[in-house]
Amino acid sequence: MESKETYNSPVPFGGDQQKGISGSVKDKDIQVIIGWILRGGVAISMILVFIGGIFFVYRHGYSIPDYRTFKGVPVFIHDFGGIINGVITFKGQAIIQLGIILLIATPIIRVAFSAVGFLLEKDYLYTFITLIVLLIILASMISGYAG
Amino acid sequence: MSVIVFTVILLLGSYLAGLLGSLTGLGGGFIIIPLLTLLLKVDIHYAIGASLVSVIATSSGSAAAYVKEGITNIRLGMFLEIATTAGAFTGALLAIYVPTHVIAIIFGLILIFSAVMSLRNKAEQIVHKETFLSKKLRLSGNYPVNDELIDYNVTNIAGGFFMMVFAGIISGLLGVGSGALKVVAMDGIMRIPFKVSTTTSNFMIGVTAAASAVVYLQRGYIHPGIAMPVVIGVLLGAISGSKILVHTPSSKWLRWVFAIVVTVLSVQMIYNGIKGNI
Repeated sequence: MESKETYNSPVPFGGDQQKGISGSVKDKDIQVIIGWILRGGVAISMILVFIGGIFFVYRHGYSIPDYRTFKGVPVFIHDFGGIINGVITFKGQAIIQLGIILLIATPIIRVAFSAVGFLLEKDYLYTFITLIVLLIILASMISGYAG
Repeated sequence: MSVIVFTVILLLGSYLAGLLGSLTGLGGGFIIIPLLTLLLKVDIHYAIGASLVSVIATSSGSAAAYVKEGITNIRLGMFLEIATTAGAFTGALLAIYVPTHVIAIIFGLILIFSAVMSLRNKAEQIVHKETFLSKKLRLSGNYPVNDELIDYNVTNIAGGFFMMVFAGIISGLLGVGSGALKVVAMDGIMRIPFKVSTTTSNFMIGVTAAASAVVYLQRGYIHPGIAMPVVIGVLLGAISGSKILVHTPSSKWLRWVFAIVVTVLSVQMIYNGIKGNI
């Protein structure tokens, strides 16, 4: 009885009567888009990591890496420009790193899409909450550059 | 050890870590970090970076499936992500100043706690009463069980929020999903039904890890040569784990095996931390 009411109710703009996240049609659409972003982002980044891995192991398979002491990453993948340059010249580690950056970006893109979704629903409280999350991530990014 | 041997060992180890992590719900990071630091003698900062990347891959991959089923409470997740991302940011900053052997000791302690939590028998209590905050934030929801929707509400939101800040700090400092702490906040404090709390926690883990990963990436903690086998192995392991889970009911003995493995690893981490080997 309850469930029938939830599924059939029109999307309320005020939101007070809204039962839950699975209640409205628009919420469902956003959930489908979020699902696609997450799956697509993981798939594309894993393909990049895999291709880069093949290049890396093929070229450097017999060299002896030293990961015992922390020395950061190789200079040519220090910044995004360097990574793109490396990808164009088929450098394995650059392709892997591009895949990893895309993987890290995937949940962040998901949050950005949620903000748009909440805005379309005219749910301003949650648009605001989502923007705060994005701001915190942005602050984190900037602090990394500063260091 | 040559690149090829290192990559193969790490691929196999990460596959097992992902498999066990998904079967027990503790996540792969808990095995990856001891594997890298104790066995392969990799610097703990590189280990944390690689583990963090694998956490994002597994949580995003499985969140996609859960979101589709409509169990995840996206509003609740979004609201608590303020707490976890702020915590993760703090944790990633702390990781620069906290000595590596202290990180190893904290890691061991959290690992033991998570193992105990995974063995505990939980009693579910669904709350229906609305509080001022749960109404304002519209956190109540429902989830499907056999074509029927079960309604629930959320209580003690402030308490849960602060626990989430702590979960975020641990995630950022240690490079794990800290799913066990998130579940404590959600089932234990906020009284959210298990099905909702586990899927919503998983939904939040990716964003939480990304908030600290952006710092680690710029500091050079994420090395492609280490992250590549770890992320591929853990993700494939987690996919296999989820296939097995569909066919077999959760087995008690597997949890015990995992708890024993985890305890041995955590004692090792604490011992090496105290001796200053890490």
